[in-house]
Amino acid sequence: MISVGHYLAVSAVLFTLGVLGIFINRKNIIVILMAIELILLAVNINLVAFSAALGDLVGQVFAMFVLTVAAGEAAIGLAILVIYFRGRGTIAVDDANRMKG
Amino acid sequence: MIPFIAFYLFATIVIASAAMVIFARNPVHSVMWLILAFFNAAGLMLLAGAEFIAMLLVIVYVGAVAVLFLFVVMMLNIDFAELRAGFVRYLPLGALVAIILVAELIFALGAWSAGGVDLAARAAPAVTDKSNIQQIGELLYTRYIFLFEAAGIVLLVAMIGAIVLTHRQRGGVRIQNISSQNQRRPQDATRLVDPGVGQGMEL
Repeated sequence: MISVGHYLAVSAVLFTLGVLGIFINRKNIIVILMAIELILLAVNINLVAFSAALGDLVGQVFAMFVLTVAAGEAAIGLAILVIYFRGRGTIAVDDANRMKG
Repeated sequence: MIPFIAFYLFATIVIASAAMVIFARNPVHSVMWLILAFFNAAGLMLLAGAEFIAMLLVIVYVGAVAVLFLFVVMMLNIDFAELRAGFVRYLPLGALVAIILVAELIFALGAWSAGGVDLAARAAPAVTDKSNIQQIGELLYTRYIFLFEAAGIVLLVAMIGAIVLTHRQRGGVRIQNISSQNQRRPQDATRLVDPGVGQGMEL
């Protein structure tokens, strides 16, 4: 029988792969954004699994809001990427120091 | 038996394609693997009975976000070989963090299934005689209506922000100016001259 633990294991592995993706693709911001999408997907799987296991619909409603924020984040992130590329001619972000932060 | 096979199929493919997303050499291939991962995650959610979220995942992620990624990857002329230069250098650190993270998550999973955590009462119990989409709709448009509108504002701000960030004024383009066209009168635009023979015309 598939339990909530199976779902949690899948989403744990997915979350870890997302974090690993951020670390090993430090220069390529496109893959970093995709790794963030993977992390949010793992969160969504977690929310839906608990929602189904507990018989509580709030988890699924919240997963929808996570989805909204993920879509907005992808749009803004890619827009920043486009203007960064326009100014620098590259998307290597490991030496991004324009704001001198 | 069939749900069992389906779960392991979806789970295996979602994890394998997530691994391919971060290890693929070409970001276009990464986007394709990302689409596969989203489809299989939607399958997992369908198995859990969350039909609405599964459909939303396919529509929003595959239909919008992945296509957006694809557009940007293909629009920018990027040397991807150069971007992979630090791949091996960052791998040990990334693997260390990933191992710590997965160990912690498995520990948390064990602690939770050992029964140490007592969950509170259900906020919105699911009933069986209505479909998933109907129940979510009833919840979303009543109790969570303000959160729903806030989500709409988030999307609006994201849209305006993306437009403002990427819009640029182009110089050197001739745009039709209708009011100046309408204000132009014949006496301003034409003149009557009488050039002498063989002198030509000065414009």
